[in-house]
Amino acid sequence: MIAELGQFLLVLAFGVAVLQGTVPLVAAMRRHAGGMALAGSAAVLQFLLVAGAFACLVHAYVTSDFSVANVYHNSHSLKPMLYKITGVWGNHEGSLVLWALMLTLFGAAVALFGGALPASFRARALAVQGLIGSGFLAFMLFTSNPFARLDPAPLEGQGLNPLLQDPGLAFHPPFLYLGYVGVSIAFSFAVAALLEGRVEPSWARWVRPWTLAAWSSLTVGITGGSWWAYYELGWGGFWFWDPVENASLMPWLATTALLHSAIVVEKRDTLKSWTILLAILAFSLSLLGTFLVRSGVLTSVHAFANDPARGLFVLCFLAAVSGGALTLFAWRAPRLAPGGLFAPVSREAGLVLNNLLLATLTATVLLGTLYPLGLDAVTGDKISVGPPFFNATVLPLAGILVLALGIGPLLPWKRGDLAGVLARLKFVAVAAALALLVGLWLAGTGPLLSLIAFAAALFMAGGVLSELAQRARLGSLGPAAAWARLRALPRGAWGMTFAHLGLAVTIVGIAAATGFGEERLLQMKPGDRVSLAGYQLTLEGTSRVAGPNYVADRARFLVPGLPAMEPELRRYDAPPMETNEAAIANRPLGDLYVVVGAAAGGTVAVRAYWKPLALWIWGGGLMMALGGLISLSDRRLRIGAPLRRAALPPATVQS
Amino acid sequence: MTRTRFLFAALPLVIGLALTVLFYLQLGRDPAILPSALLGKPAPHLALPGLAAGQPGLSDADLRQGRPVLVNVFASWCGACIVEHPLLSELVKDPAVILYGLAWRDRPEATAAFLAEHGNPYRAVGSDPDNRAGIDWGVYGAPETYVIGGDGTILFKWVGALTPAVIADEILPRLKPGAAS
Amino acid sequence: MRRLALTAVLLLWGGTVLAIGVDPPLPDPAQEARAQALAREVRCLVCQNQSIADSSADLAGDLRRLIRAHVVAGDSDAAIRAFLVARYGDWVLLKPPFEPETLLLWLGPALLLGLGGVVLWRRQRRPGPPPAAPLTPDEQARLAALLDPDRP
Repeated sequence: MIAELGQFLLVLAFGVAVLQGTVPLVAAMRRHAGGMALAGSAAVLQFLLVAGAFACLVHAYVTSDFSVANVYHNSHSLKPMLYKITGVWGNHEGSLVLWALMLTLFGAAVALFGGALPASFRARALAVQGLIGSGFLAFMLFTSNPFARLDPAPLEGQGLNPLLQDPGLAFHPPFLYLGYVGVSIAFSFAVAALLEGRVEPSWARWVRPWTLAAWSSLTVGITGGSWWAYYELGWGGFWFWDPVENASLMPWLATTALLHSAIVVEKRDTLKSWTILLAILAFSLSLLGTFLVRSGVLTSVHAFANDPARGLFVLCFLAAVSGGALTLFAWRAPRLAPGGLFAPVSREAGLVLNNLLLATLTATVLLGTLYPLGLDAVTGDKISVGPPFFNATVLPLAGILVLALGIGPLLPWKRGDLAGVLARLKFVAVAAALALLVGLWLAGTGPLLSLIAFAAALFMAGGVLSELAQRARLGSLGPAAAWARLRALPRGAWGMTFAHLGLAVTIVGIAAATGFGEERLLQMKPGDRVSLAGYQLTLEGTSRVAGPNYVADRARFLVPGLPAMEPELRRYDAPPMETNEAAIANRPLGDLYVVVGAAAGGTVAVRAYWKPLALWIWGGGLMMALGGLISLSDRRLRIGAPLRRAALPPATVQS
Repeated sequence: MTRTRFLFAALPLVIGLALTVLFYLQLGRDPAILPSALLGKPAPHLALPGLAAGQPGLSDADLRQGRPVLVNVFASWCGACIVEHPLLSELVKDPAVILYGLAWRDRPEATAAFLAEHGNPYRAVGSDPDNRAGIDWGVYGAPETYVIGGDGTILFKWVGALTPAVIADEILPRLKPGAAS
Repeated sequence: MRRLALTAVLLLWGGTVLAIGVDPPLPDPAQEARAQALAREVRCLVCQNQSIADSSADLAGDLRRLIRAHVVAGDSDAAIRAFLVARYGDWVLLKPPFEPETLLLWLGPALLLGLGGVVLWRRQRRPGPPPAAPLTPDEQARLAALLDPDRP
């Protein structure tokens, strides 16, 4: 009964979404106030309906109602309650409901808090939001019904997949979805602006809080996904350039570019077509990611079960949404009032360079991800584009970006003085260069790339902090007055500083973990000892342990001064699966990371890593997201579009 | 100037359309299925022992008899091999079909037990427990089926369980070129 | 189709493998390092986007052993890669070779960056409203003082 109610609510929501997507558009064209006002009520109603449907699905999971096919396939009565609930979105159908929920939540928020937006703009933006929502709901109702029944109802569910019962896996996707969906607001605002035929600096201010919220969520989601891969997949890696990872990285890069270019629109009333295009592309790339993950056109570690019929639907949806918006763009953008020029050395020029690099990075990731597909279609040749390609292309681009990031924020608007800025940064530059030289001298023929990355991160952090010091007039006012000025700085400034420093922290973490890590691969007998980064790991012994649905070979390592480390190799029966449970000891200077192979003949194969500063990688990611949230709390953003707690505190990722 | 503005504004749309066409073409293809790198090339050297002493193994001469033969890569641990086994048994009733087996990553005793249980459609089975020949042939899963020309050239490779359609459309025409023309 | 693909995977390879490959190393550390570096560049064919160094699939183990054997036999890295490509095709290399078909891939990022640069340069040269006369240093200082608290 509850399931039928849920389905009914989805059908109603679909109807409301279609109304929301059509009536206000016509009304805005004819300047009909009542029709335009409909958009807001429809958006709120649509959210309530989808929230009701979501609650029905959660209810089915919580009560283990196996007559619902989705619950039967993805849940089990013995699952802990937490994972019953997270199981709701751990599958294709349920994740769509969560998408729709977040999409309509954003729509309702625009309706409720967007009172200061011009009526026709608001109506058009909400109508676009309604069209996107109707697409999602149709996708659900026609190809992926979460409430489909089974008759007779099975007694027990099938979904005890152990790999999915993991907090990291349970909680990072919702942040990603929130990010993907949040970008839809920027998209809707962009399309509405194109329909209105003009883009003004105020547009950039309206779109900023939504973009910030989406960007912060994406950042948390990507960080959480990377952390999950690190501790769960057991390869000691944190980024694999897998298509699914790239699918989340591309919208993130595009949204990062959008955040920066929107500042130029707001402050200098230029770069408008480009910013509109970025908003369209950022959401298109989110949809593209969904398509790649769910259609089966690419192989990936974390793909959902693939279904070409669904793939076709997402493709049509993608073509309609992006194709429609890009057609509108091709038609309207040349008619937008052109923006002004700017001096080649100025804050805005720096932001344009940032956009050029970020856009190139996005395109590079897209190229590498899709090239095998294209080559296969054109010549039939099968090639792989793996980490070596991405490292070779992305790292140099990112390097330039980081160096520019150290300088850019110090440039004033309109007309900057590069020599003056460089003079102010000379201590930072000298310190970075010295650090590089000392590093080279100490490390000899060590990891050059990591040393360069350290120096670049140092330079960038120095630039960011100089900028802060400059704002505080630390040099001329003295510490007390400077402190007062710092406290009076707008939150936006603090947010930027935090996010930029977070990037530096992440770079240091990546450079340290990949360049200065140690790795031992060996066969060990009980009593054998391996020395790693000053730690002595002694294999005490191995044992066979039976888990609830697996058998594990567990090894026990004693490390003086640390709790025993117990990595396992688990073999599950249903579905048949072999997984490594790494034992990780987080130390202040890095992680000890131990994995074992099968125990045979009294010996066991051991892989032990030392990953210096590994935690910095994700710590930096959280700092970036936190920077976004701090910026979001800036008072200036509450005019026109309010503060929203769009993302939960990032700490929940690791809980 | 305005013309370039229009061109640039239309560029994203053009790229988007091209990508859509690309995705449409690729939809429904399994990206995990790979063509053999050895198609059209001579079959790699084979000298595999039989499943037990005295039983025939698999050697280069078997694949160069002047007429096409089939080589089926299988294993007793492989579920899809059981699925396709009846098709193979049916197929070898045709006197024009010569079928050899390559027991891949499998203990000879296990393979023998498998054949005792399900029937043995193979003229001879070469045992490759340590994947030496498998790697030379670019085998990456079981079952795989190869059509080898009379001169030892690899004409066709099928990855995964055979289906009646594949046998009718791809395999038989290559085994009996005369009948098709 | 979906079920078909799924069963095909399960039957072919006996299950998802998400475990690392751990096997006995070569006695010579230099050779072992070479073998591991090579293994990281070779795609595990039955896994999804993993290198054979990271996979515990049987085939990945076979290929690691093969690479070690070739390293011990004194083959060059290029020869070992060629050996694998001859059998499994270019697909087996995670780093696509630089050849006509991959020209666009390898040069694409640089081309895009250059193209973007050219577009920006042309945009700057486009006739537009003349830039405002620069402020005098005195004016700049006053303006900075006025604007400072609100600057992002």
